[in-house]
Amino acid sequence: MYPTPIERWKPYQRWIYKISLPLALILWLLPLIAVMVTSVRSFDEVMAGNYWGWPRHFAAYGNYREVLTNSPMLKYFVNSCLITIPAVIGAVALAALAGFALATYPFRGNVLLFAVFIAGNFIPFQILMLPVRNLTLKFGLFDTITGLVLFHVAFQTGFCTLFLRNFIKQLPFELTEAARVEGASEWTVFSRVVLPLVRPALAALAVLVFTFVWNDYFWALTLTQGDEARPITVGVASLKGQWVAAWNLVSAGSILAAVPSVVVFFGMQRHFIAGLTFGATKG
Amino acid sequence: MTRTATRVPSQMERERRRAAFWFLLPAVLFFGVYVVYPILDSIVLSFYDWDGMAERTFVGLGNYRELFSSDAFHKALKNNVIWLALFMLAPPMGLAIALYLNQKVAGIRLAKSLFFFPFVLSGVVVGLVFTWFYDPTFGLLAVLLGRGIPILGDERWVTFGIVFAALWPQTAYCMILYLTGLTSVNPELVEAARIDGAKGWKTLWHIILPQLRPATFIAVVVTVIGALRSFDLISVMSSGGPYESSTVLAYLMYEQAIKYYRQGYGAAIAVVLFLVMLGYIAYFLRRMLRTEQA
Repeated sequence: MYPTPIERWKPYQRWIYKISLPLALILWLLPLIAVMVTSVRSFDEVMAGNYWGWPRHFAAYGNYREVLTNSPMLKYFVNSCLITIPAVIGAVALAALAGFALATYPFRGNVLLFAVFIAGNFIPFQILMLPVRNLTLKFGLFDTITGLVLFHVAFQTGFCTLFLRNFIKQLPFELTEAARVEGASEWTVFSRVVLPLVRPALAALAVLVFTFVWNDYFWALTLTQGDEARPITVGVASLKGQWVAAWNLVSAGSILAAVPSVVVFFGMQRHFIAGLTFGATKG
Repeated sequence: MTRTATRVPSQMERERRRAAFWFLLPAVLFFGVYVVYPILDSIVLSFYDWDGMAERTFVGLGNYRELFSSDAFHKALKNNVIWLALFMLAPPMGLAIALYLNQKVAGIRLAKSLFFFPFVLSGVVVGLVFTWFYDPTFGLLAVLLGRGIPILGDERWVTFGIVFAALWPQTAYCMILYLTGLTSVNPELVEAARIDGAKGWKTLWHIILPQLRPATFIAVVVTVIGALRSFDLISVMSSGGPYESSTVLAYLMYEQAIKYYRQGYGAAIAVVLFLVMLGYIAYFLRRMLRTEQA
């Protein structure tokens, strides 16, 4: 194991390492800790310039309540849910079908199609922005949840198809062949044989897509205008302009915006990391 | 019976081809409409002058000519280069943290998760957190330095301030890649090197790093793409300012197309950005597909 495993260290070195860990963590997360502390601070203390002392009044309840009731934050939060969850389901479903096809059927253009999905994943959003925006306007979906969902499903399908195709390719060929020999239809092969086997990959993808779509800012900015379909990322950004001096409220709003992806991450860590690092240990 | 060059496909082959078609149709449809078509449309759009509402006028390469002689474009290009250069710190820093955390002690799993945490945050939240951090009156930086430096308001520092903020989640991502890569390092090679008396750096360079090549490849690719794509943080932290000193191609495009209603011009900027990344994507694709054939 690299670096030298800690069992081989001298006791004082081990001690230093163990002490350094929490210190390093605090240093690393310092900006975040500051935000959390400020989010529970009362407005008076913020105005008085008391940012770093121990909060004299714990206004957590008041701050969060204010953010939730006096601003459209709750609506933005709901919008984010309405956008993200269907997008995850849609993208993963489409990618499962396409990934299966790319992995199992050799046909002319298979590799080309695969390359298109890979490439599409890395292109800058800006090259898509205006036509997608104009298309969305033309479909009458501008400033709607559906408009955003449709785009996210389309875009995320690229990455997910790449991922699932590689994953399915690694499954033993005999399984599908055996099913076919038994006379199973292609759909049955897909749904009864392959799908159950790729469940961990589906979970990893669902978690990743959730995070990407929930945290999306650019497309929400491009495809929405008013408060109707606006998700929480844009909402929090606009908070900054609205309550410039009330950093306690901005902090509270940011925490709210961050909570779902954080919860999903900590709950599904293994899947998240598996999805992100797929390919990091190949070869 | 003579064998012709093309034989009639068997029943099973026909069924499979049909299945392939239907399985692929939804994804290809969505992707075609929302990704492939827009790329082509943007390229076409870049040759026109259009405000999004009235008739559009064909201007040929006019947008590009204007672009290459504009101040803002050169500032954006320069900033993109700064982003690219500084972002390359993320993989080595990520590796350093991964090596630091690659020990079995109590609570190390929690430590790893917490170190990875910044990547899970939205760009908006990271931007707000660091805007707060840089605030000259009460920001943490001011507290640490003893005096306030308005980083985001200073033309010389603003890009660096934003890149530094962006490095936070990016390093976390590289760290996770390397942590995963380290788990597959061959322990026997490491032991052999140790027995031979190799010092830490030598082992790292000659034994460990070569085995981490897949992780490094992905880390570098994602970091480069991230540097060229950066938008969220710039939009939230500085809106490209002050006086366009922190703008990048991605933000410049958005500004021109949406705020100034110049869709053709914006499309031209997008095409330039696309071409820059295309070279890189082609390289990545070739590497990836070559390992496929192997």
